[in-house]
Amino acid sequence: MKVLVPIKRVIDANIKVRVKADNSGVELNNVKMAMNPFCEIAVEEAIRMREAGTADEVIVVAVGPSQSQETLRTGLAMGADRAILIETDPIPEPLAIAKLLKAVAEKEDPGIIILGKQAIDGDNNQTGQMLAGLLNWSIGSFVSKLSVEGPTVKVTREVDGGLENIELVAPAVITVDLRLNEPRYASLPNIMKAKKKPLDTHTPEELGIDVSPRLEVLRVLEPPGRAAGIRVNSADELVEKLRNEAKVI
Amino acid sequence: MSILVIGEHDNAALRPSTLNVVTAAKALGSDIDVLIAGSDCRGAADEAATIAGITRVLKADDAALLDGLAENMAPLVKSLAGNYSHVLAPATTYGKNLLPRAAAILDVQQISDISGIESEDTFVRPIYAGNAMATVRSNDALKLITVRTTSFEASEFGGGAPVEDISGGINAQLSTFAGEELTRSERPELTTADIIVSGGRGMQSSENFSMLETLADKLGAAVGASRAAVDAGYVPNDYQVGQTGKVVAPNVYIAVGISGAIQHLAGMKDSKIIVAINKDEEAPIFQVADYGWVADLFEAIPQLEATLGSNAS
Ligand SMILES: Cc1cc2nc3c(=O)[nH]c(=O)nc-3n(C[C@H](O)[C@H](O)[C@H](O)COP(=O)(O)OP(=O)(O)OC[C@H]3O[C@@H](n4cnc5c(N)ncnc54)[C@H](O)[C@@H]3O)c2cc1C
Ligand SMILES: Nc1ncnc2c1ncn2[C@@H]1O[C@H](COP(=O)(O)O)[C@@H](O)[C@H]1O
Repeated sequence: MKVLVPIKRVIDANIKVRVKADNSGVELNNVKMAMNPFCEIAVEEAIRMREAGTADEVIVVAVGPSQSQETLRTGLAMGADRAILIETDPIPEPLAIAKLLKAVAEKEDPGIIILGKQAIDGDNNQTGQMLAGLLNWSIGSFVSKLSVEGPTVKVTREVDGGLENIELVAPAVITVDLRLNEPRYASLPNIMKAKKKPLDTHTPEELGIDVSPRLEVLRVLEPPGRAAGIRVNSADELVEKLRNEAKVI
Repeated sequence: MSILVIGEHDNAALRPSTLNVVTAAKALGSDIDVLIAGSDCRGAADEAATIAGITRVLKADDAALLDGLAENMAPLVKSLAGNYSHVLAPATTYGKNLLPRAAAILDVQQISDISGIESEDTFVRPIYAGNAMATVRSNDALKLITVRTTSFEASEFGGGAPVEDISGGINAQLSTFAGEELTRSERPELTTADIIVSGGRGMQSSENFSMLETLADKLGAAVGASRAAVDAGYVPNDYQVGQTGKVVAPNVYIAVGISGAIQHLAGMKDSKIIVAINKDEEAPIFQVADYGWVADLFEAIPQLEATLGSNAS
């Protein structure tokens, strides 16, 4: 079985993003980029499936500018077997990404597609669910436990009330949550090896997909700031402030 | 504008998220239908019918809809969508699971997690863990939107809308529900609580976390946590507040042993009052706290409890 893992290049989670002075977006120039953290978890899970013998090939796919090759190489260095870049600039919206991924899935015929639950730039939390809808496949979203048992994929999902167990008919789309696994670091020898692994590039035109945007970003602003307040030094003082000044308890 | 609100419920009763979404719908128009899709969901439908200011409740009662599986729900939403200008769902795990699938099969680019409405096609939403606010205009004829519940007040009850039965049963036979492990608690729900006491890695263990629970009970508060506390297994996953957990906005949020990473702040910085108790005076949480107390939590929490106990209001 093949496993397809769509991965996105985003601003590193440790970087404090800055809104551009002209309010057209956030500053991306000279900013450290990395693989979306949820995508790292997705890649890790796919590699573990291959190591366990449930999968025989792991393919990482990125939609984005040519720099996304770096992200794909990271996925290859973690242990993916080959990579596909669908070159677009700028990165399209989730619906268009899902359509591109569907086209790739139809070519590659994977038994399972594992995505992150959310890309930490747009915080959209859509792509996996959309892809499952377009393919008319089952969906296991926000997954913290996953096992493939023959034609059934058993998942535990993190939901607002706790945990939920679902059994999916394969092929399935999975989106992963933080607690599914702890992604590995790529070792230096594996980083070297990754340079020789195959990376194919396609375009939306080749795949016959219209990626024109449906949304127009009118402006991007700093959120309203919160000023630091005052220091208290005792429980009495804190309780007094909460009761009589803030009047919240 | 005709708006369809996808109601969140457990068949017997409505979930409060629906009330916030109805308020968002009211900012778009006055013709508002609430869909209650489930199985044996009369209880939830009747409750929804009493939300003030809605037009109708559409009740789709079918065994295939019992567990709200997206594969069975999305075709139903698609079949109804033609009658509406907007379809709204809460940005809860329920809405986030369902609505993008419906959007995809309707060929609509969903707008996620809106915190503001500027006009019928223009919305404000946080991006980058709330470090930026984007105003976006949708050029799709139909809009599918998930709503950040804490950004909209809960609608009041007191109405009496009619409940109409609609057919809905599509069993896609792609997935089956196989049980749940829900966190049971007598405390208020995190997303609607007025007071939240939240603990981080500084709590050190699940045993220590019970200190916070005692404090919470004194205050009638809900208990939350940082990702670090959840990952370490001190508390269940559904306690997590943040970019990838729950978004909360209580009257007062008391952060104990939480450093204040941007991903955590993303989930709580709209709280009215923030209290931080942390032994590190450089902790970033103090930059957003209205009341900051630099203290060892193992001394501070018992003192706080004693103070609250001695002159309880
Ligand atoms: C993709 C991604 C998503 C994430 N999503 C979330 C999310 O949704 N929610 C979330 O919370 N985090 C999230 N995180 C993690 C986040 O970056 C931080 O790692 C996390 O919030 C830290 O938790 P913490 O503050 O409890 O732990 P730490 O940062 O370790 O802080 C512990 C604090 O406790 C204090 N302390 C220790 N002992 C005591 C004591 N005895 N008395 C008083 N104070 C004490 C310390 O001074 C310190 O400030 C995410 C990260 C990533 C990469
Ligand atoms: N440009 C992209 N290329 C490849 N995968 C993507 C891309 N954007 C999103 N994804 C996948 O979809 C997941 C959810 O993203 P989103 O819906 O944008 O929050 C990510 O974790 C990725 O697995």
